[in-house]
Amino acid sequence: MRVMAQMGMVMNLDKCIGCHTCSVTCKQAWTNRAGTEYVWFNNVETRPGQGYPRRYEDQDRWRGGWDLNKRGKLVLKAGGRVRKMFGLFASPVQPELKDYYEPWTYDYKTLVDAPLGDDFPVARPKSLITGEDTKITWSANWDDNLGGSADNGHLDPLVEKVRRESEDKIKFAYEQTFMFYLPRICEHCLNPSCMASCPSGAIYKRVEDGIVLVDQDKCRGWRQCVTGCPYKKIYFNHKTGKAEKCTFCYPRVEVGIPTVCSETCVGRLRYLGLFLYDADAVTAAASVTDPQELYDAQMDVLLDPNDPAVQAAARAQDIPEDWIDAARRSPVYALAKVYKVALPLHPEYRTMPMVWYVPPLSPVVDLLRDQGHDGEDHANLFGAIDALRIPVEYLAELFTAGDTDRVTMVLRKLAAMRSFMRGISLGNDPDESIPEAVGMDGQTMYEMYRLMAIAKYDERYVIPKAHVEQAHDLEEMGCSLDFDGGPGMQDSSPFGEASGRPVPVAVDTFNALKDRQTTDEIAAGTSLRGRVNLLNWDGRGAPPGLFPEKGPEPDTLAAAEDQP
Amino acid sequence: MPALNAALATEPGAAVVLNSWDTVLWGVLPYVMAVVLVGGLIWRYKYDQFGWTTRSSQLYESRLLRIASPLFHFGLLAVIAGHFFGLVIPMAWTQAVGMSQEFYHFNALLVGGIAGVATLGGIALLIYRRRTTGPVFMATTKNDKTMYVVLTAAIVFGLWTTLASIFEGEHGHNYRETVAPWFRSLFIFQPDIAAMAAAPFSFHLHTLVGMALFVIWPFTRLVHAFTAPLHYLFRPYIVYRSRDRETKGRGWSAVGTPDRDTRNR
Repeated sequence: MRVMAQMGMVMNLDKCIGCHTCSVTCKQAWTNRAGTEYVWFNNVETRPGQGYPRRYEDQDRWRGGWDLNKRGKLVLKAGGRVRKMFGLFASPVQPELKDYYEPWTYDYKTLVDAPLGDDFPVARPKSLITGEDTKITWSANWDDNLGGSADNGHLDPLVEKVRRESEDKIKFAYEQTFMFYLPRICEHCLNPSCMASCPSGAIYKRVEDGIVLVDQDKCRGWRQCVTGCPYKKIYFNHKTGKAEKCTFCYPRVEVGIPTVCSETCVGRLRYLGLFLYDADAVTAAASVTDPQELYDAQMDVLLDPNDPAVQAAARAQDIPEDWIDAARRSPVYALAKVYKVALPLHPEYRTMPMVWYVPPLSPVVDLLRDQGHDGEDHANLFGAIDALRIPVEYLAELFTAGDTDRVTMVLRKLAAMRSFMRGISLGNDPDESIPEAVGMDGQTMYEMYRLMAIAKYDERYVIPKAHVEQAHDLEEMGCSLDFDGGPGMQDSSPFGEASGRPVPVAVDTFNALKDRQTTDEIAAGTSLRGRVNLLNWDGRGAPPGLFPEKGPEPDTLAAAEDQP
Repeated sequence: MPALNAALATEPGAAVVLNSWDTVLWGVLPYVMAVVLVGGLIWRYKYDQFGWTTRSSQLYESRLLRIASPLFHFGLLAVIAGHFFGLVIPMAWTQAVGMSQEFYHFNALLVGGIAGVATLGGIALLIYRRRTTGPVFMATTKNDKTMYVVLTAAIVFGLWTTLASIFEGEHGHNYRETVAPWFRSLFIFQPDIAAMAAAPFSFHLHTLVGMALFVIWPFTRLVHAFTAPLHYLFRPYIVYRSRDRETKGRGWSAVGTPDRDTRNR
């Protein structure tokens, strides 16, 4: 047994209101740079829906994740090492910008500068890729709230699958609709296929906390990781030519504060904590033949932090005492393995994802309520869960490789908790028969309720700090102060844009924001080392480098504009 | 034909033909090029890891790239292999294994010609794509444009030497008696300037442009060729790395635990 620690996240989908605050704050923190306009480390999808990038779950097309070969061994779905080498010159299956979307901004300047005329000035959309006028046809959440699902609903790969397998149709008629939101970040898998796909070996998993990162110095832009990741959570920065991905906000987590998406989550639906797992058992667990048994295999890899033998093994691996303690108090371990209500996203990809989801009961409750039934009564709820095949089958495709019994079990637990707690709130004696119906006891159910409903900040986020004696090793903190040039002084390098030493993300973002907040001029250009960052473009004029230099001098332009 | 070599060395007139330009071009320049190439690569590798990338534009456009890029790259690999056979392996060796000059020449021209045309066609298509696809053109730096000019010139002039050989047939120039001995002599620091000086202009031009290409190589996006990920064939799939190792040593080290090496299972 080789015990390792892994930072994990659980999201309670019942609480997600689809406000996209996590996406926006993540973008502001991490991908507010040129080349990453289309990059959403965190995105929120409405399901059923195509997701982002479009139809990313269609692995027959995108070839992400792992497969078992004839001898039952794990192989990359997109092909082995030799095949990958032959795909270096033109990656055979890689999403294009049209599978994501063409990012855009608006020509806001027209709104204030347009000359007096009969027509109301409009801010036309401008492509952030070409700088030309563009027609907006898609975005990261274009089908939000089932928008356009009458036309596009059938394009959801899971809907296709469920339809194929059942005679019923998933109806997108409004009155029969069910939907929920699915926030997605990198899964920080135990068996990451992006890492296995990387020819350069630039993607690595941190020994200390299991966070999967891309070494920006070692990435050579072979793009195989984009294909390898079945969740399509590795993005290609088209300005720097390097792969980028969700970092689990490691600079924050290292000092014990939650990720930006968790911190800013309005619904407080995210939980952060440690898993202890047996690294030696991962490959075997991911190689289980039946995809529906992958969940159990993944459960077996997770170790019980209260087990003295596990603790001893963890100490033997130099896992610090406060980390073992944090693992004992971990809310994600509790939800995933103790209460067994959190499920991994698409276990059939065999990557052993470490971001877990409590499936939503709300579609069921809503349907019951809409039909005039008591949506809090456990008998009604249990009956509805069994009867409402389509939502359950859909959730099963997402979380259990199609095993509806497993999803049903979780939904029944959530229903039982709802019903059990209503009884208590109404002043009745706790009805022990309700938890017993789902194999729990009243005390455990109450604890689960506490964690899921009213857990406070320090119960939702149990994040052990990186050790002070290692502080000088923290990846960005160590170098940001002695960063050459300092704020606002990065020079353009002679070997193409973005060459030279990488600007730490924190410094880059800091400069971009400072520029925008303090300058009277157009906030672009100088601090971006020759790159054009249209995300910071506030519409005043054109940032240098946006258009080829031609036409009259800026002075004459300005003079011309001054004339009435 | 081997007599030519001997003639060059012994005939008094041959030494007179050599002027100081020949010495500079074929005796000094190759070493300057090597110093710039090796020094430049080392310096860039130390200084500019972040800029060391393919700068792929596949995200913008992949329909043309899917054809053009493999055509160019595989063609180029064949061209490099051809250069190896032509320059490094002495004529005496191929004759020793019973390969006639005609047979060698025919093969070299056939394979070299096909590879050269594929490479040229590939780069032509790539440049067309780069110019006509808006986002790709916008992502093209001056550095790139310079590099494309030199690279294309090297390929065109190289193909010219091959095609010239085809049309001249029997009377064509045998570079294995001029360029190849000179190339090999460079590595023992005894440059056979006379041999190279005896080669026709087309070979001189191709060699000079080739050297120019190697001089600018470390300072362009071409550097990605020197990090061709051959070690991918051997490394473990799963890479663990400690936070500690991050700043202590900047070199990459594969720390895959043996159990996670799915290749060997």
